Amino acid sequence: MFEGRAIPFRPGQSLAGALMAAGVVHFRRTPVSGSERGPWCLMGICYECLLRVDGSDNQRACMTAARPGMKTERQDGARLDAAGEQA
Amino acid sequence: MTPDSDLIVIGGGLIGSALAWGAQRKGARVTLLDEGDVAYRASRGNFGLVWLQGKGLGHPDYMHWSIKAGQLWPEFSATLYEETGIDTGWRGGGGLHFCLSEKEMEARRHLIARSREEGAAIRIELLDREALSEIAPGIGPEVCGASISDLDGEVSPLLTLRALQNGFRKHGGRIVVDFTAEQVRRNRDAGFIVKSADGTEFSGRHLAIAAGLGANRLAAQLGLELGLRPERGQIVVTDRIAPFLRHPTNMIRQTREGTVLLGSSHEDAGFSTGTDMETVSGLCRAGTRLFPALRAARLVRAWGALRIMSADGLPIYDEAPDAPGAFVVTCHSGVTLASLHGLELGPALAEGHLGPAPRSMRSKRFALQTA
Ligand SMILES: Cc1cc2nc3c(=O)[nH]c(=O)nc-3n(C[C@H](O)[C@H](O)[C@H](O)COP(=O)(O)OP(=O)(O)OC[C@H]3O[C@@H](n4cnc5c(N)ncnc54)[C@H](O)[C@@H]3O)c2cc1C
Repeated sequence: MFEGRAIPFRPGQSLAGALMAAGVVHFRRTPVSGSERGPWCLMGICYECLLRVDGSDNQRACMTAARPGMKTERQDGARLDAAGEQA
Repeated sequence: MTPDSDLIVIGGGLIGSALAWGAQRKGARVTLLDEGDVAYRASRGNFGLVWLQGKGLGHPDYMHWSIKAGQLWPEFSATLYEETGIDTGWRGGGGLHFCLSEKEMEARRHLIARSREEGAAIRIELLDREALSEIAPGIGPEVCGASISDLDGEVSPLLTLRALQNGFRKHGGRIVVDFTAEQVRRNRDAGFIVKSADGTEFSGRHLAIAAGLGANRLAAQLGLELGLRPERGQIVVTDRIAPFLRHPTNMIRQTREGTVLLGSSHEDAGFSTGTDMETVSGLCRAGTRLFPALRAARLVRAWGALRIMSADGLPIYDEAPDAPGAFVVTCHSGVTLASLHGLELGPALAEGHLGPAPRSMRSKRFALQTA
């Protein structure tokens, strides 16, 4: 699920791959300028594809395997859960 | 033969770069020689604290010297910004030393009293848990309080280094990289010659050895026995997190970019700059005791770097007795002292003296101890 919408995926596919195949390219908004970002390097280095996955912020969609029942959301701004605020 | 420069500095870490910048901007012609990435470079792996509370207790010269450096940091940082447009990221506003037990609180009370007795020009106060939660929300249940001082701060050590080197170049200074000094000696007429393995030479009227762990063998050629040894520190860094910690602390700092640094450990590992799981997990445990929400954070990297330790842990500011005009500068807290090295010591060395550096910090103190 992404923002409440069901997303199909194949076993072993990454979250980033599944979402892009479903037409999602806007994964997050940056903390500094608020501009939209999506996957870029697809190998865990650039930290552009960050999402909230099952309530955890800053999860790299390209390094996370898609699983049934996963709840993913856009991440607007900086990681809050590790800063002591449960958003 | 007239020397090519007024001052040669060997070592382009925080110490050498600060000295070179300071001397060049006051009008000296300076050449900075640096070995490059093969060297051990503490300046690129440290924690970035400008830390003064408790520093130098029992060593008044070192204490006053460090405090002066703390007082100079705002000016130092502002000057670098004006000259280079690079913001060192200096942030003051009080450093926190966390206490996790009543016993630790008592130890801080003792430290504060001692600091006052010894006349340290620094205000340190003890905050109880309640006062601390106001400025550091999110602390864990085990945190009893913290001491806070007005002078402590934090910087980006990498941006500071870059600003110093850019500023040095802008003032007309010359940096020679990938140059390993193998030999230093007095020149026949005046000054000093520094030579690399392939025979390249530089000459200068004065010489400053600021080569970190590489200083032992260079200083020995001028009759100074430094006895510097490595002490490893490991640091862990997390992914970027929304700002929650606006104060530097003794164990954890959040950079302007949002990453959290946990550190640094102290261990004897010879010249290894590696990391080990036990230390890394210990640092993570300590961090999550202070701020439990950090359990959600991702560990992105960990690294080890080598501190440069003298036998008594104090800095060495020395001039070779048989080669006047040749100096050695090394210290344990080269970030903290960078302001003073840049603004005051560098210009003095170019003129051929140790300026305001305390005389008690010469290396002959070691010989006296072992005698
Ligand atoms: C884990 C850790 C945490 C730390 N945290 C702090 C902190 O929070 N606050 C603080 O104030 N300090 C801290 N320090 C200490 C601080 O990093 C050092 O005091 C400082 O970087 C020393 O600078 P330096 O220029 O003497 O050494 P280095 O950075 O080691 O530089 C020495 C330079 O000399 C060059 N060199 C060596 N041999 C030769 C040669 N033969 N020819 C030419 N060049 C040569 C090398 O290339 C190198 O660039 C920390 C250190 C460590 C390891």
